[in-house]
Amino acid sequence: MSELLQFLFSGLTVGAVYALVALGFTIIYNASDVVNFAQGEFVMLGGMITWFAHAAGLPLPLAALIAIVATAALGVAINKLAIEPARGAPVVSLIIITIGASVFLQGAAQLVFDKQIHSFPAFSGDTPLRIGGATIQPQSLWVIGGALLVFVGLWLFFTRTLLGRAVLATSNNRLAAQLVGINTNFVMTLSFALSAGIGALAGVLATPITLTAYNVGIGFALKGFAGAMLGGMGNPKGALAGGFLIGLIEALTAGYLSSTYKEAAAFVVILLVLFFMPQGLFGRKSTERV
Amino acid sequence: MPKLTAKSATLLVLAALIAVTPFFFPSGYYYRIGALIFVNGLAVTGIVILTGYAGQISLGHAGFAGIGGYACALAPTHLGLHPSLAVVLGAVISGVLAYLVGRPILRLKGYYLAVATLGFGILVSMVLNNERRLTGGPDGIAVPELGLRGLLKDWGLDLTNGEFWYFFCGLVLLIGAWIALNLHQSPSGRALRALHGSEIAAGTVGIDVARVKLQAFVISAVYASVAGSLVALQNKFITPDVAGFMHSIEMVTMAVLGGAGSVLGAIFGAGILTLLPQALTVFAEYEQLVLGLVMMLVMIFLREGLLPSILRKLRGRGE
Repeated sequence: MSELLQFLFSGLTVGAVYALVALGFTIIYNASDVVNFAQGEFVMLGGMITWFAHAAGLPLPLAALIAIVATAALGVAINKLAIEPARGAPVVSLIIITIGASVFLQGAAQLVFDKQIHSFPAFSGDTPLRIGGATIQPQSLWVIGGALLVFVGLWLFFTRTLLGRAVLATSNNRLAAQLVGINTNFVMTLSFALSAGIGALAGVLATPITLTAYNVGIGFALKGFAGAMLGGMGNPKGALAGGFLIGLIEALTAGYLSSTYKEAAAFVVILLVLFFMPQGLFGRKSTERV
Repeated sequence: MPKLTAKSATLLVLAALIAVTPFFFPSGYYYRIGALIFVNGLAVTGIVILTGYAGQISLGHAGFAGIGGYACALAPTHLGLHPSLAVVLGAVISGVLAYLVGRPILRLKGYYLAVATLGFGILVSMVLNNERRLTGGPDGIAVPELGLRGLLKDWGLDLTNGEFWYFFCGLVLLIGAWIALNLHQSPSGRALRALHGSEIAAGTVGIDVARVKLQAFVISAVYASVAGSLVALQNKFITPDVAGFMHSIEMVTMAVLGGAGSVLGAIFGAGILTLLPQALTVFAEYEQLVLGLVMMLVMIFLREGLLPSILRKLRGRGE
């Protein structure tokens, strides 16, 4: 029993990271219909920049803040320099552009930082808390709490603020949003900043547990996407639930089946979802208008 | 003089390049690079069918190359198959896997295939890395000799190892290009190109969109598998890198750089990106940076790719 609880704790921890990545996917997907394959690199950058700044002598909270702001700025740059110029391009071109951005960021991180595995101290020490015979790291609570807070924050933003509603309006119908005076270009910029910032935050929170290196992004992207798809593409609630579920499935696979092949769990989920319910848990069946 | 069709022109250019270039080789080492270009060209020709014709994208084609390569390493020792039959076995396994993975996915929007193939590629390279007892793990495994060179020698054609692989891979590439060009003009090829333009329009005129996409995916997986087999047989050694994520990205980049819509263009792209690391030894460090940059720049500024854009320029000036 305590064993199961232990697996659940670790599943919720990584699941929270996947949920944040999935939320990042969802924000950009809703605003622009672009599936941003560079989403995982934002997580990598969050961790790597924080490590770098911290190692250079800055206090951890300041280093984390710099990492989040810098990554958000990079997200905006990707949108302005690579995605906006290709507006109206076929899906395949947009996929190649965002995967290109992802590979480019990996290559840049290799050069600017290095190829080693890095970490920085946990925020509230390393003394594990004992709950019902299992233990949980205080940092795990930071990660899980972070994911929940971001979700609530996004919900408030999208439902209670004028700006958030402008984003929603743009995702519903871009042209109609423009006609009522919404600056849809600004909405795109905001979506990329928000999405990249959330990704970086995930990296900052998770690195003390999962560690970071220049090439961790693609795995986060794959699992975040699996979460977003499981929950239903474009649905924030689904992204949150889907991300946590992928984390739990992965942890249980590692615990009871095979720790080498836990990475395969996300892929199997992707295939099963596509086979049996392509609209996901919370998604509606979508029809495309011509 | 009768006007050449685009198909025969492409094949002639390719055959001429394969036959004439060796006269300019300063040393035997260049045969090796040539063979590498042809093998990459073969894999990229498969990408042309999938991406250039059908407008779909795979981020895990290296997984199929891995299957083809390891089939040549494992089937001769464990099943007693001749290496040439192992190439066929690898191609069959790749085709069947592509069919199974592609069937549920290709009914859906484009990026689902990208994600699923990305996951598939990672899975294959994970298996190759972890199943040490079978695959030798990250250190790789030896691959038996194909034996064709010895056979040719008995028939009186004595080639060095480098020469043999250069001409053999060149021949396979010609066959692969020929098949791809034939497909381009066949009803299936027209159907593929129709759905590249608009899936919905293609569906309305009676094309079974999902089935045609699946065909393209399976064919391109077989191309990647044979290319992987050739690399393994030539090197007599294979490591899981052949199935790695970066190899998949290289294939896509080669295709889009040269021009994913044209066989010759894609092979041209394969040539550039294969020669680049040979010409610039510092390139290794910057490889990912450059690949990523090339992908973005080509898609933004030269969506057709390098060769078709150059040809258009030339034609425009001529008239």
